[in-house]
Order: sequence, then C-alpha cells, then structure tokens
Amino acid sequence: MEQVLGVFTYIGSMLSQMSEGIVNSLLIFAMTLLFSLPLGLLVAFGRMSRFKTVSLLFKFYISVMRGTPLMLQIILIYFGPYYLFRISPAQDALIPIIIAFVLNYAAYFAEIYRGGIESIVKGQYEAANVLGLSKPHTFIRIILPQVIKRILPAVTNEVITLVKDTSLAQILLHEEMFNLANVIAARECTIAPLLVAGLFYYLFNLLVAFVMGRIEKKLNYYQ
Amino acid sequence: MNLLEVRHLQKAFGDNAVLRDISFEVHQGSVVAIIGPSGSGKSTLLRCMTMLETADSGEIDYGKLRMLRPLGNGRSAYADKATLKEIKKQFGLVFQNFNLFPHMSVLSNLIEAPVHVLGIKKDEAIAYARELLEKVGLSDKEAAYPCELSGGQQQRVAIARALAMKPNILFFDEPTSALDPELTGEILKVIRALAEENMTMVIVTHEMKFAHDVSDHVIFMDGGVIIEQGDPREVIDNPQNKRTQAFLSRITEA
Ligand SMILES: Nc1ncnc2c1ncn2[C@@H]1O[C@H](COP(=O)(O)OP(=O)(O)OP(=O)(O)O)[C@@H](O)[C@H]1O
Ligand SMILES: [Mg+2]
Repeated sequence: MEQVLGVFTYIGSMLSQMSEGIVNSLLIFAMTLLFSLPLGLLVAFGRMSRFKTVSLLFKFYISVMRGTPLMLQIILIYFGPYYLFRISPAQDALIPIIIAFVLNYAAYFAEIYRGGIESIVKGQYEAANVLGLSKPHTFIRIILPQVIKRILPAVTNEVITLVKDTSLAQILLHEEMFNLANVIAARECTIAPLLVAGLFYYLFNLLVAFVMGRIEKKLNYYQ
Repeated sequence: MNLLEVRHLQKAFGDNAVLRDISFEVHQGSVVAIIGPSGSGKSTLLRCMTMLETADSGEIDYGKLRMLRPLGNGRSAYADKATLKEIKKQFGLVFQNFNLFPHMSVLSNLIEAPVHVLGIKKDEAIAYARELLEKVGLSDKEAAYPCELSGGQQQRVAIARALAMKPNILFFDEPTSALDPELTGEILKVIRALAEENMTMVIVTHEMKFAHDVSDHVIFMDGGVIIEQGDPREVIDNPQNKRTQAFLSRITEA
C-alpha cells in the first residue's frame, strides 16, 4: 500500500517538475487544432479550385507539407525570417512553433476534407439547387454535416498523431514536456520520468479517442 | 394557359447531340408523360428545363418568365440571375433516387427550403409540411430519418419536399425506377391524387399503363427528337410512327 502511494507521489512530483512543459504541449495541441481545422478547409477549397494554377499551387503546398519532416518545417519557420530578411528570431519560440504545426496539419486536414467532400454524391447538390438553396447555404447546411460525419475517423487519427507530435517542439523549446522529462532523467540517472511522460501521452490519447468516439456516436443517428 | 413552352431546344455533350430541336408546351393543370428508349435524352431534357444542365440553344418560357431566349444568330441567352431565381420557384423536381438529405429528419427535409428560400415562418412551414405528409400518407414519420424509411416512403417524402415549395409545375424523372415493383404502386397513387387536384406535372416514365391512364399528353422521344406527341389514346394505343410502334411492342413484351 505504502509502495503504491509512493509511486503516485513520485509521478506527481515528476509531473509538477514538468508542469511548464505540459502547459506548452497542451497549448501547442489546442492552438494547432483551433487554427488548422478551419485553415485545412480553405486549403481543401484551394486544392479543388476549378482554376488550374490555384489548384496546382495548393497541391504543391500540400505535397511539401506532407513530404518533409515537421521538425525541419519548425526550424525553417523559426530561423527563416532571419536568413531571408535578417530579422532576429523571436525571443519566444512558441508562436513560430505553433505556426509550423498549423501549416503542417492544415495540409493533412485539407486532404481529409477533400476526400470527404468528393465522396458526397452529385444528387445532394442537385436536390439543393432545384430547391433554390444558395451555394453557401448548400455547403454549410447540406454538404458539410455529411462530410464531418464521414471524415471523423480520419480526423481522430490525425489528432492522436498531433498529441505525440507536440514532442517535436523540443527542438526549439526547452520547456517542452518530453524535453524536461529527458533532462530530469539525465540528472537523476533514471528512466522513470520518460515513463511518466509516456503515460501522459497515452492517457491524453485515451481521452482523445474517448471524446471522438462520443462525437461519432452522436452522429450515428443516420447512415 | 401555357405554364411552360419549349421551342427548338438543342443540347450536345461534346459532339454527342442529345437533344435535337425539341418543341412542346405544358398547359396549366395538364399531365405530360415523356416516354422513350434509354439514352433518348429524356433526363437531359428534364435537366435542361430545371437548370441542372445548360442548353445550347432554343427557347424556354415559364409563363411570362423567359428563361432562355434565342439571340437570332442560332445561339441563345439565359435570363439574368434574378429572373432565373424567380423561375426556380416555379418548378419542383422529383429524382429517380430521391436525393433526400440523410442527416435531416423528414420534417427538416420538408421545411429547409421553404424557410430559407421563400422566407416562410418556421411554424407555418411546419404546419404546411405536416399537411403534405398527411397527403402522402406519412404523418407518423415526420421525426424519422430517410435511412429509416423504405424506398417508396423516401420517394413520397421527396414528393412532399418538392410540393412544400408550392411549385406551379412538378417534374418527375422516372420516380419509380429505383423501387421494388411492389412499391411503385404507392408512388403512382400519390401522383394520381395530384393529377386529380389539377397539379401540372411532367413525368418521365417507363410505366406505360400509368402514362396512358394519368396523362393528357404523351411525348415519345428517340435519339434526341420527339418522334410523336399527342393524346395518350393516339400515341400509346394507336402509334403512327414505326419507331413508336417498335418501342411500345418491346416494352409491353418485357
Ligand atoms: N453529363 C453528361 N455528359 C456526357 N454525356 C451525357 C451526360 N448526361 C447524359 N449524357 C448522354 O446523353 C444521352 C442521353 O442521356 P439521358 O440520360 O438524357 O437519356 P434518358 O432518355 O434519360 O435515358 P434513360 O431512360 O436510361 O434514363 C446519352 O447518350 C448519355 O450518354
Ligand atoms: Mg433518364
């Protein structure tokens, strides 16, 4: 019993030592979702544009974002302004990091949206058209709700990946959870902090899966 | 009075001329049946009249509203946006595969356009929607979702959804073709009831007996042209053209 209590106290003290890093990881996670989900929809529209140049441009954007390491993108966005314009890098790396995450995840979400939108049959648009519903109204009220239901499993996958990807922020951010765990592990010569960090990611993702599962269930009222 | 007049309508997909000089009119209160073999252009004609497809040339008038008018050089021009929007309120279309909105309840399907397009108050739209559901025999299904309904019930909802916009003229594109044979009867019954109320309808159908009994005017199309049109007792019972005869004998054999 005492031993079990000891384990919990130990985990608690680890977490409190990593608290600043945890806050940053949560911030990166939340901000990335908040901005990349809507941005991804815009990128999807660009990708599906009937203007060839526009759609090619967005296709290129998506392929670069998906085809290069996120870590490289983080570094480039942080140091890029300095090498290009000699603007000294921001004191706080958090904002450039979030920008890199948003740009990267928007590309992934865009492809998910595109798949969803293209899977809606033409008849839905035609029925709305004949009823006189405007194009924006048709998209928001008729198409998008059906798209969201269809893409939910794929979005869940991305969100789970995002939870783990937040650890990449350590490249520029000392106060990142995984980095702090590493530092403590080295200082105290034990692997335990890394296990605690792993437990944190795992529990966080259990929560993500649970929440997304609830939303999926909620949308199961129709086929 | 003519609710719809179509003159010299032409439509090609690439170099495939699908409609070649189509002319006919639809009187108020009449039921027009369009028959003809697969690929003859029946759906394309309906889609041109409902603006789902852009015609190449010819003339389409909905009463005084001119949707497509000839320019005199062999080309035609569509009316301005405001007029087209007005024209869209003149007609409704019932699709072969229903195209109900799956994420909305039956009632929501019925009131979405009346509320957002016609600006009818929600409670009035609901009251009228319930009236229509009663008419198509689905009063108990207003809270159901389309996936919970049989094909026949879905198609009756689709008819009610079109009627909720109070159209002057209702188009049907093979409304029973996606249904099991035992379910076609309930749809035909609804259409018959509408005909009795003098609803103006244009129906593409393969149901010859139905076309014969319900319509005032039959149009037989083949290869993008109207081969024969007139009273069903003439066109169906006593076709003059060889192609009409061949088509009808094929269909009655099947
Ligand atoms: N969007 C399109 N693009 C190219 N060709 C088309 C298109 N829609 C129809 N067609 C062609 O137009 C011709 C007429 O098709 P349509 O669907 O109007 O025939 P239909 O009389 O309704 O036939 P069915 O009884 O099988 O429904 C066919 O040759 C078809 O291949
Ligand atoms: Mg057809």
